[in-house]
Amino acid sequence: MSFAPSSASSASSPSSKPRVGLFVTCLVDMFRPTVGFSAVKLLEEAGCVVDVPMEQVCCGQPAFNSGDLESARKVARPLIAMFENHDYVVAPSGSCAGMMIKHFPELFANDLELAEPVRALAGKTWELVSFLTDVMKLDGVAAAFEGSITYHDSCSGLRELKVKEQPRKLLRSVKGLEIRELQEPETCCGFGGTFCVKYPEISGKMVGDKTTDIKNSGADMLVAGDMGCLLNMAGKLRREGSDMEVRHVAEVLADMTMAAPGIAGSEKG
Amino acid sequence: MEQSTSPKFKQNAHHALHDASLQRALGRLKTGFKDKRLAAIADMPEFEQLRDTARDIKNHTLANLDHYLTAFEANVIANGGHVHWCADAEEARQTVLKICQDKKAKSVLKGKSMISEEIGLNAFLEKQDLKVVETDLGEYIIQLRNEPPSHIIAPAIHVHKEQVADSFRQTHKGRDINRPLDEPRDLLDEAREVMREHFFAADVGITGANFLIAETGTSVIVTNEGNGDLTQTLSKVHIAIASLEKVVPTLEDASSILRVLARSATGQEMSSYTTFSTGPKRDGDLDGPEDYHVILLDNGRSNMLGTEFQEMLRCIRCAACMNHCPVYGAVGGHAYGWVYPGPMGSVLTPSLIGVDEAGHLPNASTFCGKCEEVCPMRIPLPKMMRHWREREFEKHLGPQSMRFGIRLWAWFASRPALYGKATGLAARILKSIGGRKQKIGKLPLASGWTDIRDLPAPQGKTFKQLWAEQQAAKKA
Repeated sequence: MSFAPSSASSASSPSSKPRVGLFVTCLVDMFRPTVGFSAVKLLEEAGCVVDVPMEQVCCGQPAFNSGDLESARKVARPLIAMFENHDYVVAPSGSCAGMMIKHFPELFANDLELAEPVRALAGKTWELVSFLTDVMKLDGVAAAFEGSITYHDSCSGLRELKVKEQPRKLLRSVKGLEIRELQEPETCCGFGGTFCVKYPEISGKMVGDKTTDIKNSGADMLVAGDMGCLLNMAGKLRREGSDMEVRHVAEVLADMTMAAPGIAGSEKG
Repeated sequence: MEQSTSPKFKQNAHHALHDASLQRALGRLKTGFKDKRLAAIADMPEFEQLRDTARDIKNHTLANLDHYLTAFEANVIANGGHVHWCADAEEARQTVLKICQDKKAKSVLKGKSMISEEIGLNAFLEKQDLKVVETDLGEYIIQLRNEPPSHIIAPAIHVHKEQVADSFRQTHKGRDINRPLDEPRDLLDEAREVMREHFFAADVGITGANFLIAETGTSVIVTNEGNGDLTQTLSKVHIAIASLEKVVPTLEDASSILRVLARSATGQEMSSYTTFSTGPKRDGDLDGPEDYHVILLDNGRSNMLGTEFQEMLRCIRCAACMNHCPVYGAVGGHAYGWVYPGPMGSVLTPSLIGVDEAGHLPNASTFCGKCEEVCPMRIPLPKMMRHWREREFEKHLGPQSMRFGIRLWAWFASRPALYGKATGLAARILKSIGGRKQKIGKLPLASGWTDIRDLPAPQGKTFKQLWAEQQAAKKA
C-alpha cells in the first residue's frame, strides 16, 4: 500500500509524518490502559503522529461472531467515518484489526454507499507490531528485559493477518531478552470470544493444555498480542497458582514493563 | 437416519472430558496425523497450487453438477451398471434392500462408507435378517463394540488395543481364550483370518466412493487395507453408495484431487490402495461382480447449492480439519452427536439434519481458523459456521440470555459517552474486588469465566479516561 498523507495532516506536520489513528480496542481500554500507552509510545518513536478518536468503542466482533449482524453493524459503523482522515489505523490486537480488515467488507457488503469507505478503512488498518515492522520498517526497539519470554501466536493475527515473525523480530532486539518457544505456539488458547463462556469446560481443557505448554517452556514471562487470549491464559495461570508474569507484546517492546505490574498483578511487578 | 444427540452436545462434551480412556486416546492425535501431513507437504513444493487446482475442479463441477451427474449415469449404464437416484436416506435404504432381495442375498460385506453411516444402513439391513460385516478394521472394531465411528477416516481412534483384544476374545469363538493379543500385529492377524472367511461367503459388497468419474462412469475408493477391493470384487453384487457431490468430470481431475487427499489425511503420498470400479465383470474378466450398482444420494445436499453453504460440497472427507481442531482434540468425535464430527461436521450436520437440531456444533468453535488453514479444498469452514450462527440468530434459536446480552451490550456500545461511564465504573469496581492480588476468583453472572479461571482485574481507570486526563494536562 502507498503512504499518502492527507493534505490536512501534511499541513499540520511539515515533516509529513504519517498520521495514525489508534484503535485502542475495548479490552485494552477497560482492562489494560498500559497497552494503549505502550502502543502510543511505540508509534511515536517510530515517527508517527498518533491520534485517539474519543468516540471509539468496539469493532463489533462479539455481535458479528454471535450471528447478530444488525448489532454488529450498529457498533461497527461509526468507526468508518471516525478514521476517514487518518493515514493509518492501528490496533494492538490481531483480532480487532482482522475484524476491520477481513470482515468489515463482508459485514457491509450490501451497503453500496459504504463499500468504498469500508474498503479504504480495511486497506489502511494494521495490527500494531506488523505495522511497525512492515510499514514503518522498524528493525528493532530500544527496550531492555532481563529474562526469558515465551510467545503465544494469537489465532486471528496469525491466520488472518500472517503475524508470526514480526513480533519475534522486534522481541529479539530487546536487550537481555531470550525467547523460548512453546511446543505448540500456534494452537488456540481456548478464548474464542463468547466461546469461552458458552462452552467453559471445553475452553478450560484448551487453556489448561496451553498453560501446561507455557509452564513447560521454562520462560519467565508469557507474551502475546491480544488482550482476550492474554486475560484467558493469565486467568488460568493464576487459578493454577502460577505467578508467571503475563504481558502484552507492546508493553515489552515499549520498555514499559516497569510501569505497571503484569496482567493480573504479578507481585514481582 | 441415525438418531442424533447433537442437542446434548454440552453433556456429551462433559462426559468426554471426564473419560480418562478417551482423553488418553485423543492425546495421540496431538502428533500422529499432524506431523505426517507436515512431512508429506514439505516434500511437495507445488502443494499450495494443487490445493487451488483441487478447489477449482470441484467449483466447476458443482456449478455444472446436473451435467456431470447425467454424464456419469449414462456411462455407468453403457458399461452395464445401474444408477439409482435417491432423494433421502429412506429411499437409499429401500433401494439397497431391494437389490439384496432380488439376489436372495443372506450376507452383506461392507467397505468403509460414511454415507452408509449417514443413512443408518447396518441397523436397517440387520433388521431385515441380513448378516452385515464391516471389513475395514476400524469399522469392524466399532461394529463389535456397537458404536458409531468417532472419526471419518479412523473410526475407532477412541479405542485402545486392550479394548480391541477384549472384543475379539468375546466375539471370535472357538479360539484359545488365552491366546496372545497384546500386540497390534496379533490383532491384525486374527482380524485378517476372520475376515477371509467372510470375503469368500459374501453375496453383496457395499462400498462408499471417494470419487465418481463422469467421463468413464467409474467409482473410486481409497483404502489402506485392501479390504475395499475384496469387498467389491469377490461379492456377486457391488453396490457403491455415494452422495452426489462426489462426482468429478475426468480421470485427470480425480488424479489431481487424489494428490492432496492422502497427504492431507494420513500424510501418505497415496493411500495403499486406490481402486477404480467400472461396471460389472465383462466376458473374459477373471473376477469382478456380476452386477454393479451406484446409489446417488442427495439427502439435503441439493438444497445447499446456491446458498452460502455450497462450498461445503467441495469436501473430500480427508479429516484434516478434525485432526487439527482443538475442540475435536478436547472432546473427540462422539460428542458431536451425529455422523460427521469436527469442523466439517459442524458445517455439514446443520445442513443435513437442521440447525435447530445441530445448533451447538457451529457454536462450539473459537474460530481459530486452523481447519481452514489445513483444508486441502480451501473450504472457509469458520465463515460457514458463522453463517449458521446467523441463521440461528434469525430464528431465535440460541439461548435467550445470550441474545439479550449481545443486544444489551450493543445498545451500550453504540452510545460512547454512556459506555465510557459504564466501563469506567466497572473498571473501578472490578479493581477493588481484585484486591491486592488483582485477580477475581468469583463474579456474579460470570461463572462461565470464573469456574475455569480467575479474571485478571482491570488497572482501575480506562485508557480513554487516562488519555483525556493526559491531553488536558498537556494543554494546561
